[in-house]
Amino acid sequence: MDIKKNIDATNYQEYVKRAMPKSHLFKECLMAFIVGGLICVLGEALNDFGGNVIMLDEAGVNAFRSATLIFLGALFTGIGIYDVLGRFAGAGSIVPITGFANSIVSPALEYKWEGYILGVGAKLFTIAGPVLVYGISSSIIVGIIYYIIGVI
Amino acid sequence: MGIRIGSRTVKFDMPPNIISFSSVAGKDEMNGPYGSCFDITFEDGLWGEKTYELAERKMQLKAVETALKKSGLKADEIHLLFGGDLLNQIISSGFVARQMGIPFIGLYGACSTMSESLLVGSMAVDGGFAQHAISTTSSHFATAERQFRNPLELGTPKTPTAQNTATAAGAVVLSARRGQYPSVIYATPGRVVDMGINDVNNMGAAMAPAAAETIICHMEDTGRQPGDYDAIVTGDLGVFGSELLIKYASESGWDLSGVHKDCGALIYEGNKLMHCGGSGCGCSASMLCGYFLPELIKGNLKRILFVATGALHSPTSALQGETIPSIAHAIAIETGYSL
Repeated sequence: MDIKKNIDATNYQEYVKRAMPKSHLFKECLMAFIVGGLICVLGEALNDFGGNVIMLDEAGVNAFRSATLIFLGALFTGIGIYDVLGRFAGAGSIVPITGFANSIVSPALEYKWEGYILGVGAKLFTIAGPVLVYGISSSIIVGIIYYIIGVI
Repeated sequence: MGIRIGSRTVKFDMPPNIISFSSVAGKDEMNGPYGSCFDITFEDGLWGEKTYELAERKMQLKAVETALKKSGLKADEIHLLFGGDLLNQIISSGFVARQMGIPFIGLYGACSTMSESLLVGSMAVDGGFAQHAISTTSSHFATAERQFRNPLELGTPKTPTAQNTATAAGAVVLSARRGQYPSVIYATPGRVVDMGINDVNNMGAAMAPAAAETIICHMEDTGRQPGDYDAIVTGDLGVFGSELLIKYASESGWDLSGVHKDCGALIYEGNKLMHCGGSGCGCSASMLCGYFLPELIKGNLKRILFVATGALHSPTSALQGETIPSIAHAIAIETGYSL
């Protein structure tokens, strides 16, 4: 018995792609929109609170909002809620800054057993690393282009 | 000593008997439809240990110790221990063997390890190289996530074809002792089959052709029909992988639909969070030791073909764009066999 004689690999791959259970795109987009939207509403509320209640200037408001959201993202990761949220919210909880906090705190929790240097220290950016590498690299490239345009 | 029949099946001359067995399972498995079948269950993933790796080791150790206790044998009467798991350098099994002090043969067959260890264990017993041998394996959701996927608390959704690594272990004591036990009659070692699936979240699709090939080969070699078995039990094809197995086996002229059962599809049946079902070495091991072997002993089943399935990729090979090679070994177990 040689299964490859009976089943053509290309046909098999095509059939698997066609028949496999698919994500519910609309439902998932809707969940992402609602949860992501709510996180942004919270961000707006923090903006208003920072600007109007504790009377911060613009830079202060930005720092206050980001720091609070990052803190909340880290807190909810630590108490084991953020991954449950992420399971159904998808991009809605991954894309906002709280998701970034989650991507740093979750490896920190995960690798503490391997020690603080080669565990937490080495693995802290396993998820966020690529975002940082390409985020910072592209900002440098954009900065250079911006500078050149300015000179011209 | 056994003989080879057909292209690659081994027929045991003095079929090794399964004189005892034991299963251990975690919380999600305990809350599944087969929860009451397992010998030992625990709620917290760490099971009182400091790390998940230690918890997995404890699971496998408990499975081995319990199976040994049930057999009435002592560790030094066991001539060989065959074990494997999913962690790098199969540490769960190696450390269990350190504790048990039994001569140890470490195996890696990914999720096919239960049938792989039964296959090699049966050969050793039938060949006269061991009077008694233990075959064991384990998997733990949290250690497998660390090994193959993302940190546990990372908030990413799973794809609909994803399966959940079972937190479970199983151990079987094989023996040359005669008596009224389930016996291992045939073993058909699997070939590595790769149909070009590279989605690590769709392991059922990668493994289904390997299962089909081994099952069909077993039928051809032995001259048996699927209907000769009360159940053909695959390891962790999951819901979608099982559909593929039935479809492609039938296209090759073999109807498995009436007798096929899949441990991965069964273990969490009804739990939507588990998507396509369970996976991992412990999934098939615990279902074999917790459900199918007891059913054989009760007489509700007479003869089963146990086909644990494994995906032989690694995170490195997957990142380098390699497809997923898969394997399945078949073990024919029956009761009431007389020499």
